Amino acid sequence: MTTSEKSASAFISLAPLRRPFLSKFLRWEWFLVALIALVVIVNSRLSPYFLDVQNLFRASSDFMEMGLMMLPMVLIILTGNVDLAVASTLGMTASFMGLLFNNGLNIWLAAGAALLLGVAAGFLNGYLISRLKVPALVITLGTYAFYRGMAYVMLGDQAARGYPASFTYIGQGTIPGTPIPFSMVLFLVMAVIFGLVLHKTAFGRYLYAIGNNQEAVIYSGISVPRVKVIIFLVSGLMSSLAGLVLAARFGSTRPDIGGGLELAVITATVLGGVDINGGKGSMIGAVLALLLVGLMRFGMGLMNIQGQVQSIAIGLMLILSILLPNLPQIFGDQRSRWNRRTLMLLAVAAIVVIAFVWFFSWSRATVFALQGA
Amino acid sequence: MNENTLRMTNISKSFAGVHALHGVQLELHSGEVHALLGENGAGKSTLVKVITGVHQPDTGEIYLNDQRIHLGDPREAAAQGISAIYQELSIFPDLDIAENIFVGRRPTRAGGLVDWRRMYREAEALLSSLGIHLNLKTKARYLSIAQQQMIEIARALSVNARILVMDEPTSALTLNEVADLFRIVRRLREAGTAILFISHRLEELFEIADKVTVLRDGGYVDTRSMDGVTQEDLIRMMVGRTIKDMFPKKEVEAGEVILRVKNLTRKGSFKDVSFELRKGEILGMAGLVGAGRTEVSQAIFGVAPADEGTIEIEGQSVHITNPGQAMQHGLALVPEDRQHHGLVLPMDITDNITLPRLTHFTSRGWLNVKDAHGAAYQAATQMQVKATTVWQKARELSGGNQQKVVLAKWLSTNPRILILDEPTRGIDIGTKAEVHHLMSDLAAQGIAILMISSELPEVLGMSDRILVMHEGQVTGLFSRSEATQEKIMLAATQAV
Amino acid sequence: MTTDHPATSKRSLFSFFAQYRELALIGFILLLIVIISLQSPGFLTFDNFQDILLNISILAMIALAQGMIIITRGIDLSVASTLALVAMMVSFVLKAYPETPVILIVLLGIGLGSVLGSVNGLIITVGKVPPIIATLGTLSIYRGLVFFYSNGDWVNPIDLPSGFKQLAKGMSLGLPNLVVVAIIVAVIAYVFLNHIQAGRDIYALGTNPEAAKISGIRTQQVTFMVYVISGIICGLAGVMWASRYEAAQTNTALGFELQTVAAAVIGGVSMLGGIGTVPGVLLGALLLGIIQNGLTLSSISQFWQLAVQGFLILLAVISDATIQRRIKTTMTRGFAK
Repeated sequence: MTTSEKSASAFISLAPLRRPFLSKFLRWEWFLVALIALVVIVNSRLSPYFLDVQNLFRASSDFMEMGLMMLPMVLIILTGNVDLAVASTLGMTASFMGLLFNNGLNIWLAAGAALLLGVAAGFLNGYLISRLKVPALVITLGTYAFYRGMAYVMLGDQAARGYPASFTYIGQGTIPGTPIPFSMVLFLVMAVIFGLVLHKTAFGRYLYAIGNNQEAVIYSGISVPRVKVIIFLVSGLMSSLAGLVLAARFGSTRPDIGGGLELAVITATVLGGVDINGGKGSMIGAVLALLLVGLMRFGMGLMNIQGQVQSIAIGLMLILSILLPNLPQIFGDQRSRWNRRTLMLLAVAAIVVIAFVWFFSWSRATVFALQGA
Repeated sequence: MNENTLRMTNISKSFAGVHALHGVQLELHSGEVHALLGENGAGKSTLVKVITGVHQPDTGEIYLNDQRIHLGDPREAAAQGISAIYQELSIFPDLDIAENIFVGRRPTRAGGLVDWRRMYREAEALLSSLGIHLNLKTKARYLSIAQQQMIEIARALSVNARILVMDEPTSALTLNEVADLFRIVRRLREAGTAILFISHRLEELFEIADKVTVLRDGGYVDTRSMDGVTQEDLIRMMVGRTIKDMFPKKEVEAGEVILRVKNLTRKGSFKDVSFELRKGEILGMAGLVGAGRTEVSQAIFGVAPADEGTIEIEGQSVHITNPGQAMQHGLALVPEDRQHHGLVLPMDITDNITLPRLTHFTSRGWLNVKDAHGAAYQAATQMQVKATTVWQKARELSGGNQQKVVLAKWLSTNPRILILDEPTRGIDIGTKAEVHHLMSDLAAQGIAILMISSELPEVLGMSDRILVMHEGQVTGLFSRSEATQEKIMLAATQAV
Repeated sequence: MTTDHPATSKRSLFSFFAQYRELALIGFILLLIVIISLQSPGFLTFDNFQDILLNISILAMIALAQGMIIITRGIDLSVASTLALVAMMVSFVLKAYPETPVILIVLLGIGLGSVLGSVNGLIITVGKVPPIIATLGTLSIYRGLVFFYSNGDWVNPIDLPSGFKQLAKGMSLGLPNLVVVAIIVAVIAYVFLNHIQAGRDIYALGTNPEAAKISGIRTQQVTFMVYVISGIICGLAGVMWASRYEAAQTNTALGFELQTVAAAVIGGVSMLGGIGTVPGVLLGALLLGIIQNGLTLSSISQFWQLAVQGFLILLAVISDATIQRRIKTTMTRGFAK
């Protein structure tokens, strides 16, 4: 600390710090771009259908609901919080819309009511979190179950279906004369808005500051509870919007709609370089991560790999995205004895994992050989 | 009695290229209280962590009774009989007293079961040997800081510590508690323990220490016997030069009352606090750590509002429930805990300075980055912040420069009332003098300043009037001319 | 003064809530029992209670592991996937070798679970990946492996030997074996967390990680250990699950991880670490089980189940937070972070 003070000149400069040339390229976003390029190259070699524009656009609509929920999730995780209830909010609001529609309400009025319910659901999350000063994880775990439960209460084992074509357009339609899905345009417009809010407004700065040091932000006269309520409210709104798009894409609503998406949304956000502890990350990184996940899943789908098996790759990427940047720190500390122990531990772990893999493939092969016989 | 000697030679340690220690030596003998002295950032804490095995030195050797030892982690240090009581207490709030004492080395029975009965028995014996009587099943969360400290001492004794390091043990204690602590320290010394004692209060060292070693900027200065030195010697050794004009207080004609606090009360923190603050006046607030001064400032600034009482600003009764409202009334608070409350360390100087008034740099919602940088640049240069650019992260600055950034941040909001909570804690002497100059200038411009400080010379040197608090209540109010160290200490340590 | 008087006078009140939180839970459970039994007479029968115990046994076991991890300020989201993968693998082995002794299958399940748990532990301790991310990743990976392993197929009751099916359902000591196993796990957990050095270190680590390091507790090992224990319990639970439901499916226990967190949180485990008891977690699981059972029995639609569960979690969290905050204002000051 003292040395930096001594080495610095007495005069502060207004000129920006010049980053070393290399470090510009060490940013996470560039790494994602490189990975995307890699995925595109590998997949286009493996499958002739991969680089088909029609296919790509059609496949993209599978990820737009996720994307719509990811945008506010970036804001929330940046502040060091998390929203586990997004997919449940989606389910509750879509079910609410289905219920109203089943009872004869105009579909657009029902959709409007669903958006309002989404806002209310998000507000409740934000209010409880800032009022009770309890980790967001706990509150949204509760509303995760509660909101999904309300979806079941509303629709039971029924499904709402028969939406008019004007409504299903938002999930299935394309911009006239182009193969571009409407939902993609919706997502991109939203992404630009969220990006601008995060990176070009005072509100965006507050989010970073809260994620880094909430106390200092409170002492600076900024109403942190209000900021939190706003981001969770927006998250509720976007989740219900995603619910409309998903219901329109399916053409029907069942109470389990969008189940499990919350973890996919969080995965994409973290993969995009947003620090789970808050304070670091960018909107462009998250959007790139969504693109990467989408392209990987699309490519694996073309290779007839099941969706659930695809998630092995996604899970691995998630862990490696945090683990790889830690490697220099883990192995850099040469003198520590913990390191030698670590290597021993890793060797044992390697043996155990190899044994596990052997058993895994052996037992699997045995049963399939039996079935074949 | 067995003689133990801990000798350290040529110890160096750096973190990320910054030298925290270089070429430091130290020799501890049993039956001796050895004081370690130095300014903040002089390397005392790092040296303590080397002794206790938390950090490993880059160079240098450690000998225990002329045998070279390696301290790889705190466990190994404990095995050699080295224990420490840290400034930030390592108490486990959700464990009970007995378990806090024996954590990590609970007595066990056959089968690896924890022998609770023996644990409570031994804890009881240890505490009574220190003359303390507490319910052993109380969770540490409910103890006072002094009691928690006793628990830590008991923990050190439970491993038969031959060498005990005490890092600023008195900073949060009342006079009576300090006396208790010293009684225990003397008892340990007689029993043959070697004690390394770190304290900021020089007077204390003359009372308790036998020898003193002084560090400066991570380097070794000298080791002396306490008999042969004076306070002035010690200060010169710590600072390395004589500072002239440490307290440049200008005489200012105090103006009208701008802030009037009446019967301010918050349960468990402070009670019936009343005072007035005038334009151009510096009101010092003295007292021990934990006397409730910080809490009063937080209540005025709306961080943690009071339960009862009134606050008037320029004769108008105001109701402040959050810092945003306080700022609208022209208040500013430079908090005591710079790193947690004052700054967002990972963000740059601009972000930190502009944070409270970021909305001033927006047009139709969009942030004008250029304006913000310009304003931050201006504020930082005015404060003579030493940094390369305004894009530098606050984390990379020295303590003194960090404090200047916090001051720049709040002065740029043009406050009428400025609350400074320990404005010079943990910064080097040079910057300290600069901050004092600044305070004096601000007061001359008519800004009202409420200064909380635990350093008596600072309170006496800078204040027009001095308010003293003890255990949540105001116990004294002195004018500049009538105030003395003795009067303040008396008011600060006993209720009226 | 303030440090003494308010602390001592309010200490009793606070420690009452802190220590006897279980009593409040029991009271709430009794209230529920009265309400439900008034609604549906079939509720208060021995058979029905045996049913409830059978239904919550697996939840209770895993919730204990989850609670232990949350005490260290971590979380294990991969529990359900671990359970499913182990269930699938042991079922495959049984399909190929129906003669395998049941005890060997149990040991195999425990072994497989411990491997999966130690992978979590390694990623978290050596890789320094935050627990929520690490286990979110392995949640996907392990679940994906279930699909990959079975090619999406299920193992049906026909494929499993009857001896294995008796593992969970057979009776001993007048209770179903599964319940007995859960009780044994609970007793071991209780002894471990209250009377074993390493178990107490879990609390020390959770209540103050920095101090734990300074006090010579090997924090990395303790952290690693809790994830391995969680893997072991999930492995055991996987075997029991396959036996109880006489099947292994690709979607076995899907979404179960959040239920285990819910049981722990309702049972009084603090997400901030350091606080939580075995009886509390068991009561949390029991509460969830009674509600599930009660809703099934009573005239209320079963579709309310999840909503009621969610509402209860919120209720538990809100009441805890309110009590804590009210107490905190009168607590000893100066103990920040």
